[in-house]
Amino acid sequence: MASQRVVVVGGGLAGLAATMKLCELGIPVDLLSLTPVKRSHSVCAQGGINSCNDQTRQLGDSEWKHFDDTVYGGDFLQHQPPVKEMAYWAPKVIDLMDRLGVTFNRTQEGFLDRRRFGGTLYKRTAFAGATTGQQLLYALDEQVRRWESQGMVRKFEFWDFLGPIQDEAGRCVGAVAQDMVSMQLRSFPADATIVATGGCGLLYGRSTMSVFCNGSAASRCFQAGAKYGNAEFIQVHPTAIPGADKLRLMSESARGEGGRVWVPRTRQDSRPPKQIPEDERYYFLEERYPEYGNLVPRDIATREIFDICVNEGLSVEAGRMCVYLDLTHISRSELDRKLGGILEIYEKFQGVDPRDVPMKIFPAVHYSMGGLWADYAKAADGGLDPGNPINQSTNLEGLYAIGECDYQYHGGNRLGANSLLSCIFTGLFVGPGIQNYIKNQKTAAGELAPELFEGAIRKQEERHSALLGGDGGENPYLIHQQLGDIMTKAATVVRRNSQLDEAYRLVDDLHQKARNCSLSDSGSWSNQNVIFTKALQDMFPIAKSILKGARQRDECRGAHFKPDFARSSLTETDPAARRKEAEKWCDEFQANNDRFLKSSVASYDGNDPTVDYEDVDTSIIPPRPRLYGLVGGEVIEDVWKERGAKQQNSAETLATSSQV
Amino acid sequence: MSITEANDVETQEDEVARPATVNVRVLRQEGPGLPSYWERHQVPYEENMNVISVLQRIAANAQTVDGKEVPPVAWDCGCLEEVCGSCTMVINGRVRQSCSALVDRLLEESPNEIELRPMTKFPVIRDLVIDRSRLFSGLKRVQAWVPADSYYDMGPGPTQSRSAQEEAYPLSQCMSCGCCLEACPQYQKIELNRHPGETDEEFEARKQAAHDDAFLGAAPINQAVLFNAHPTGKNLKDERMEVLTGPGGVAACGNAQNCVAVCPKEIPLTTSIGKAGRAATVHSLKKMFDR
Repeated sequence: MASQRVVVVGGGLAGLAATMKLCELGIPVDLLSLTPVKRSHSVCAQGGINSCNDQTRQLGDSEWKHFDDTVYGGDFLQHQPPVKEMAYWAPKVIDLMDRLGVTFNRTQEGFLDRRRFGGTLYKRTAFAGATTGQQLLYALDEQVRRWESQGMVRKFEFWDFLGPIQDEAGRCVGAVAQDMVSMQLRSFPADATIVATGGCGLLYGRSTMSVFCNGSAASRCFQAGAKYGNAEFIQVHPTAIPGADKLRLMSESARGEGGRVWVPRTRQDSRPPKQIPEDERYYFLEERYPEYGNLVPRDIATREIFDICVNEGLSVEAGRMCVYLDLTHISRSELDRKLGGILEIYEKFQGVDPRDVPMKIFPAVHYSMGGLWADYAKAADGGLDPGNPINQSTNLEGLYAIGECDYQYHGGNRLGANSLLSCIFTGLFVGPGIQNYIKNQKTAAGELAPELFEGAIRKQEERHSALLGGDGGENPYLIHQQLGDIMTKAATVVRRNSQLDEAYRLVDDLHQKARNCSLSDSGSWSNQNVIFTKALQDMFPIAKSILKGARQRDECRGAHFKPDFARSSLTETDPAARRKEAEKWCDEFQANNDRFLKSSVASYDGNDPTVDYEDVDTSIIPPRPRLYGLVGGEVIEDVWKERGAKQQNSAETLATSSQV
Repeated sequence: MSITEANDVETQEDEVARPATVNVRVLRQEGPGLPSYWERHQVPYEENMNVISVLQRIAANAQTVDGKEVPPVAWDCGCLEEVCGSCTMVINGRVRQSCSALVDRLLEESPNEIELRPMTKFPVIRDLVIDRSRLFSGLKRVQAWVPADSYYDMGPGPTQSRSAQEEAYPLSQCMSCGCCLEACPQYQKIELNRHPGETDEEFEARKQAAHDDAFLGAAPINQAVLFNAHPTGKNLKDERMEVLTGPGGVAACGNAQNCVAVCPKEIPLTTSIGKAGRAATVHSLKKMFDR
């Protein structure tokens, strides 16, 4: 058989990790990216990467607890085996990145320094200043450049992936892509194809994501028949700096290093923040969640900030929603050493030094927990079976999804500093499985009938020339703005069915309009207009899946919050009555899980998605109410624990009696 | 109330008189080797605008100031927060990232007009988009990587002191934006035209060969210094020093110090070049005595 190759689409952390691992296994790679891979969106990750470590271990931490925090943080919507595997790999991933030269911050003695992040009580997060994603990406970029100089990797940068190529049986045998400079279309035969193209923030117009994160690659797979899981779960990060072109992230590490979120207790107190005395400040996260404080998970922090501004009217400014994120109590030298990168961003874009004046921040769309549906092979220990070709495979044979564009790891809400981990982990882990997959192929993709590949190119030529000749009069950039506005209004922090229905109708109209664009550039050289329009058209299948998934999910879970279906908090004050109320609360919680603790799985028919459901493997850690020590919620946790203990007792009794 | 509505409301405080529109003059070029020409655009002024949002408005409504419909201005951008290095261009005569170039600030410098042109040291692909592949070739030339044995689990890396990390981290923040190369008098543009009948591979090889003899410039030299200081990276020090002492190496630096002045990340590039220069001397002497 002729030599086999793998196509990797996307050169962020996941794509680069997969590329270098495949090269190490002797498999050459064609690496396709919209941008020079060193500029991929992973560079924007700031705070760090999580793992259980020598220090936390001695405080009672373990890989198991990292696993538990991750599924609790995700509101139990993840299949547990992949998450378990990831948590157990985490220390190894960080060791590897350390060996590859990542400039992690150091303790005085020279060990990796760690900080705390949201949704955990342990300092698990290794970091390189406040540009950890950039530093990790550079280390992987360097390794891939090393393989490139040895001829194992061919990079196709400024190439737009237009879709998988499938044989008659539906198996993916490569990719078709377009050179964004010369506009040349080309096929890339591949024995396996990996999509590692990140999130889809651009369909919200402005978000914390880079301009490449338009979801088009995932959408093109989706339109080719790949399934898309948990689309409705979009993370809105609590702390970002609003801007005209982008909402710039202000890392959770600011709170991890002691940053405090507050508003003046007096509405729109006009005094400069430093002149407002302590007792006139409302540290609302610390008061409402004394155990986790400012480091509650992101969905909770975002909702609380929203609540403070919208419902309580306590926004710092009257005309613009924002709250203070305050670092001014921390010494300048420590801030510079640990958070320099993000403080410079704030200073450059806002013209205010956050070392002296509290920052003004507000939530922004940040991460897609959902993504291409991917499979896994469970091992006897509850983790994954390494080297199994099933791991990370989509439902299209030969097509794999890893990193942010795969739906598996973060459930209803991702914990901070777990994304870099899931990207590198899936990139490394997918390699041996693909090696085994391609070993079993009878014919190398490069030897298949050329008509297959020519046909795929022809189809794209037709799409391309139809767009260039389009005269429907619609402006793709204006459609994009409108799409962003609708999605942001209906499908971010607070969701209501009436709004979602309306949004779906509007988005469907826009979808039709997007098919009737007139381009302002019909040239055949470096035509950004046509590339953007293709991406825009391909945003709709994902946007519709988000809206439909959200519409059908009549509950609150993780980042998906519908006030009409929220369980009310306890109101009784008499202990017995309150306990009874908590019992009822737990009954409802259980009933709701029976109905909704399922992943949504969308498939696409050419205009609309169909959203079905699959059960979630929660066999390792039983789901429990997700309260994070909310004041007033203690009795619920007590009731739930007692029920768990009772169940276990009766199970043990049963086991004992059956032994007799 | 949604998160956009919340933030699209105008602030009432600190209203400073601002123009209703922003004038932009862009140096355009339709493709490699074609003549360039100036074109004027006008976009409505918005608060907190940067050059990226100006270009986004032009893309959405591509008309010159005279109302002539034109293809949108092509430009390169990515993260929009000055960490990816994509959007470098020459703005009001100064090379910088267009995302962190704030319109209010630019208008203070030059109240009538903002001037945008592509970098001059790299071949223009179209309008403001340039081909910086030479920069990445430079990273290959100096083998800017750690020669790790494998990607298997081999335990942690070597312990490093906090001061070593604090020296390495700033050097490692280089985002390959190319500002230092644009500002460098010794860094000369290399622009090759494809010969008739030349394949992609042949053209690529010819380009590579041209890059390999030319001046590396500050960014790749800085990376060589970074990896020479790393406990495992330094295993390739001799190979890197061969390149740094060869044609286009550190000796080509004319010490103009422009690089460090324009670096958006304030990387101590001249310190790195100084270190590379001293290491080059040691390397050459060592080779002389080892002979």
